[in-house]
Amino acid sequence: MKALVVLTLVCLLAGGASARTLRIAADPNNLPFSNDREEGFENALASMLARDLGAGIEYVWRAQRRGFFRESFQGDRCDLVLGAPVGFERAHVTAPYYRSSYVFVTRDGLAIASLDDPRLKTLRVGIAVVGDDGADPPTTLALARRGIVDNVTGFSVYGDYREPSPPLRLLDALDRGQIDVALGWGPVAGAAAHARPGAYRITPVTPDPDPLTGMPFSFAIGIGVRKDEPALAREIESFLARRRPDIERLLDAHGIPRTAP
Amino acid sequence: MPPAARPSGPLSAVLCLLVAGAARAAAPATDGDWPMPGHDFANTRYSPLSEVTPANASKLKLAWSFTTGIEKGHEAAPIVVGSRMYVVTPYPNKVFAFDLTKAGRSDMVAWEYAPKVLPAAQGVACCDVVNRGACYANGRLFFNTLDGQTIALDAASGKELWIAQVGTIHKGETMTMAPLVVKDKVLVGNSGGEMGVRGWLKALDAASGRLAWTAWSTGPDTAVRIGPSFRPFYPQDRGKDLGVTTWPPDRRQIGGGTVWGFVSYDPKLDLIYYGTANPGIWNAEMRPGDNKWSCGVFARTPATGEARWFYQFSPHDLYDHDGVNENVIVDLPFEGGARRAVLHADRNGLFYVLDAATGEVISATPYGRVNSNRGVDLATGRLIPVDAKKPTTGKVVRDIAPAAAGAKDWQPMAWSPRTRLAYVPHHALAMDFEGTEASYIEGTPYVGANVRMYPDPVDPGGGNRGLFTAWDPVRRRVAWRAVERFPVWSGALVTAGDVVFYGTMDGWFKALDARTGKLLWKSQTASGIIGQPVAYRGPDGKEYVAVLAGVGGWAGAIVVGDLDPRDATAATGFVNAMKDLPSSTRKGGALYVYALP
Repeated sequence: MKALVVLTLVCLLAGGASARTLRIAADPNNLPFSNDREEGFENALASMLARDLGAGIEYVWRAQRRGFFRESFQGDRCDLVLGAPVGFERAHVTAPYYRSSYVFVTRDGLAIASLDDPRLKTLRVGIAVVGDDGADPPTTLALARRGIVDNVTGFSVYGDYREPSPPLRLLDALDRGQIDVALGWGPVAGAAAHARPGAYRITPVTPDPDPLTGMPFSFAIGIGVRKDEPALAREIESFLARRRPDIERLLDAHGIPRTAP
Repeated sequence: MPPAARPSGPLSAVLCLLVAGAARAAAPATDGDWPMPGHDFANTRYSPLSEVTPANASKLKLAWSFTTGIEKGHEAAPIVVGSRMYVVTPYPNKVFAFDLTKAGRSDMVAWEYAPKVLPAAQGVACCDVVNRGACYANGRLFFNTLDGQTIALDAASGKELWIAQVGTIHKGETMTMAPLVVKDKVLVGNSGGEMGVRGWLKALDAASGRLAWTAWSTGPDTAVRIGPSFRPFYPQDRGKDLGVTTWPPDRRQIGGGTVWGFVSYDPKLDLIYYGTANPGIWNAEMRPGDNKWSCGVFARTPATGEARWFYQFSPHDLYDHDGVNENVIVDLPFEGGARRAVLHADRNGLFYVLDAATGEVISATPYGRVNSNRGVDLATGRLIPVDAKKPTTGKVVRDIAPAAAGAKDWQPMAWSPRTRLAYVPHHALAMDFEGTEASYIEGTPYVGANVRMYPDPVDPGGGNRGLFTAWDPVRRRVAWRAVERFPVWSGALVTAGDVVFYGTMDGWFKALDARTGKLLWKSQTASGIIGQPVAYRGPDGKEYVAVLAGVGGWAGAIVVGDLDPRDATAATGFVNAMKDLPSSTRKGGALYVYALP
């Protein structure tokens, strides 16, 4: 009996503050969101969350592609994913911790604010595109419906995974002068602009939602929690509410642009 | 026949060619072999063995079996040459060689080979981590790995001869197809249209693995290997650089047209045939034009890869109707005389008979319910689309038939020169397209498409999703057909005994009378069947029928991926149509071999 008590004590001590561990599924090569050096804003949020809950973090790295949620939650029994669109059916998504929109990214004084700007028909436009898997960013259709097709260059969101953070190739093309305007998701463009002050002009895409397609350009992002962990979801909801100002500062520090709901 | 009597080494190359002459003139010494996925170059899946007949098939019994220990979808054809059988598993793409003289004994595995495959390839593959098998030629065994390697092994010892890294998963490329060896070339193609991959077929030197040529499916004529000998039948396929001009500028770089189906070869015309997958970017509005050379069939000279002709089944594809389904090369008796023809049952629901020399459409006839096209205009060769069934973002389009999975997917048909019928394993699925929301946000997980597939409500109805159709390509009509609850996702086999075989996803392996469709025999397997059945003559001279069980693939993703049946749009909407599969079968790969007592 005495031995058991001692053993229990040893376990408690050894476990220390990390007795509880959050298993987090994240992409190891997807800045500004996350990477395996924990440089992304989602990594920073994970650290803040873990400290707040008195938990440790165990990352399960996986490229964010088809099957990401299924494999992370079912196969690997991860507890959470740090960025999931509100309303996404494959997780319990918390209240949003940010809301952002698609943006025009330009350089050298060029300013584009609307999809209906006639210059978009002649400027060289870059967008992120998916393969043939049934999904595209909302910008794809918005341009197509306006007849802006021939002057558009598509950059695969998957890119070449050997290169750092493939989604950033869209902005590289802008830097190289291969395109004049990039249409990208706010956090990607915002973080790049934050890292290089003055390099880019970032303007939210309007009209939002797009009357021609009915599709929105703004999305609210929360934390995706495995559906059979309602208690954890409640804790995270509480964390997001309590630490609102800290989270805002964190997002500012990474240059994540937000839009009002 | 004793194994010692079998020729091996260089002679086998000759064997391959002989077998390739298809059903007509297989040499007696080799008529019991199954050296390549489709049995012969013509891709007939016809075995000249005739021991099993409609009169005795009911007596078939399990002769031996083998568990692979892998739980993913098993789509490969067992390859049999002499007294050896070779089986490739899904990822991690192990190869087992069985000594058939010891079949059923604990020491029957002659050798086992485990390639080094990057585990990350699993996350890149679209539709389970399948492999469609190996090809034997000249004492060597060739197969592909999921992460883009083509590997040659010494068939006798299992020793690695060479490895060629032909695809890269870092760009989304995977490989699932079975190679075909034609003369001294190993022909291989890529998968990964879902990831914006640009399709190619490569020819590797069989002795060294060195790249001989690459034929891209999009881009300028030089990249597509279109030159002076390219003579397509229809004017829309003639002109300079159509692989560029039928796309908006730059779009061809992510153009799709991957090559993940079977390759056929006609020694008489010295042409290889293979299909190309659908064009890249799902949203068709971003890629106006015919999007050549996607969704069609190429005929090429194997030595150089030069294109001879091309025919496009689905110009400007809207439905994910890849043109990769297999092409079977046959002589067909028409009223005006016999014609060398390509038989092709397309995803778009039409059964094509093409002239093998020219690519002319002899006929194109629905072999299931089709409402998304009105067939082919034979004057122009063009598919006639139905505007009301066009999937359009912002619109809900209901009852599109066939669904994204087509009237038939990869599962290869068989052709009997005796009955002159094609035996087509396929499915009956319709879909709703609900293009109402943005479906992808960078940096957030994949949100999924708004596609839901479901059992075709009209034909055959009653919630049945599978059909096994005996199709008469001359009379252009169904000779007979069998209805199945689940899609028939296995290959077909037909023998000179006039028996056809196929497997079901709920784990029944069936033998039917090739002339009448009468069910002769069935046997249950532990897991559903999506593999390619084969027939071979064992060292004891008897006829054996072998098939891999192990449910999976796109249709079986719900079982191997443990998908949530409520998650209707998972696996690009296929899960919605397969909610009852998990209660009907379990995962797990195993080889089953049957024979008469």
